[in-house]
Amino acid sequence: MNQGLVVSNLSIDYGSVSAVKDLSFALTPGELVAVIGSNGSGKSTLIRSLSGLIAPTTGAASWNGRSLLGKKPEELVREGIVHISEGKSVIPELTVAENLALGGLWRSDKNDVRLAHEESLQIFPILATRLNQRADSLSGGERQMLAIARALISRPQLLLLDEPSLGLAPLIIEQIFVALNNLRKRYGLTVLLVEQNAMSALKIADRGLILHLGQLVTSGTPAELMQDPQLRAAYLGF
Amino acid sequence: MFIDTLLIGISSGAIYSLMALALVLVWRSTRVVNFAQSGQAVLSTYIGYEITSKTHNYWISLPLAIICGALIGSLVDLLFMSLLSKRVKSGPIAEIAPVIATLGLLGLIQSVIGLIWGNAFLQYPSPLSGKGFTFGSHTVPFSPQNLFIVLASATVLAIFGVVFRFTNLGLALRASSFAPEIAQLAGIRVSRVRNIGWSFAGAAGAVAGAVITPTSTLSPNSLDLLFVSGFIAAVIGGLDSLVGAVVGGLVLGIGFSFILQYISSSVTFLAGFIILMIVLLVRPRGIFGKRVGRNA
Repeated sequence: MNQGLVVSNLSIDYGSVSAVKDLSFALTPGELVAVIGSNGSGKSTLIRSLSGLIAPTTGAASWNGRSLLGKKPEELVREGIVHISEGKSVIPELTVAENLALGGLWRSDKNDVRLAHEESLQIFPILATRLNQRADSLSGGERQMLAIARALISRPQLLLLDEPSLGLAPLIIEQIFVALNNLRKRYGLTVLLVEQNAMSALKIADRGLILHLGQLVTSGTPAELMQDPQLRAAYLGF
Repeated sequence: MFIDTLLIGISSGAIYSLMALALVLVWRSTRVVNFAQSGQAVLSTYIGYEITSKTHNYWISLPLAIICGALIGSLVDLLFMSLLSKRVKSGPIAEIAPVIATLGLLGLIQSVIGLIWGNAFLQYPSPLSGKGFTFGSHTVPFSPQNLFIVLASATVLAIFGVVFRFTNLGLALRASSFAPEIAQLAGIRVSRVRNIGWSFAGAAGAVAGAVITPTSTLSPNSLDLLFVSGFIAAVIGGLDSLVGAVVGGLVLGIGFSFILQYISSSVTFLAGFIILMIVLLVRPRGIFGKRVGRNA
């Protein structure tokens, strides 16, 4: 039953404010979809509801036929759905090695945890030189690499990434996005990438969804979205 | 005289260390300063007292009191703290609510103890001699009971030090306290882990009550002053460090002892706050407090 991610008529309210309104979309397994929109468009709210951090008001969401809603974030991680949150995705007080270890702490297959750990350090070799440093001594880009590496140790199937480019220099953003694209190809990951940086996100995405004030404005391939001058001017910023 | 004063300081410092360890354990697991700690500790001590009264054997009551202390800690979390944290999740109220809750809980526990056992001062029989060791013709002010307290403090430090530093549970406890949301997103069952943290602290508090009370008397408020000293010791040590809790306790105990001996008994309690101020002015994060990292 590899149906991927299916979101149907999802609405999320904060009191009287509607953050997400009747949103429906789907991701096929292995697909990388970028959700693009400005501040307040409901991107982070959407991703937080899919990872169990907030409860939607109405609607449904499922991964390979199993409902995501009503489950705790830690249970969803154990089902292969891993959320890397915006800006604060590592634990600053712990060392790099400890942050990495968290990704496999709950897993029973310790041999595979060791293997995943080695693979993560091969993908982000800078982390191997920082293992005993506290995470708060890392640069923003290194922290983002650490967060992705920790997620990989959990052996995710669906990666929910919230603004991985936030606060990073353009060169670092480029490196992170190239690594991300390689990872999803290598592991067959399905990725929902929430980004304000439309240009970088659409470079690696299979499709893009544009959100505005909690509603889906349009969706399409990067080429389709970038060809529309009105969309570019209004939502993509380039 | 100097050595005698030092020994008195070490034995009372070990007592403060035990209470400080219990406070640090809750702090490290949940980021809550548990003002109910003395109430929890005294409740488990009353249970130990009851068991000792029935069995006439302190060594049977001690492990049972520790188990009860752990259960009390777990119940405090299940019935009060985790319910509160689920309802009050963010904002200034979320910061202050657990502190207020533990203060209220302290009153509740002490009232319940008063209803069950009354408010009279009870004598908790000491399993060990309170007479100082004798070397030649000199008897030092350090008894087998004092030695037991020091060893108990060292054992609690060693056990929890190993758990926090070298085990997966310890890592999960630290992750859950520093950043519960990130820990959850890494797959850690944060509620369960925090409950274990409360149990650990309850057990450490029970050790404190059970080894200290035989040196004095037992009443619903008998550990309150000790809690204040333990709290000061924990802050001196950096609040987050188990070693810091022990060092903080020893600094305080030895400081009190020398002030009592060479200055005046009337300034002893005030001296605790003066020592705290001096330490925090010199080391604002406490003796073992960690530095703040760079902003990404």
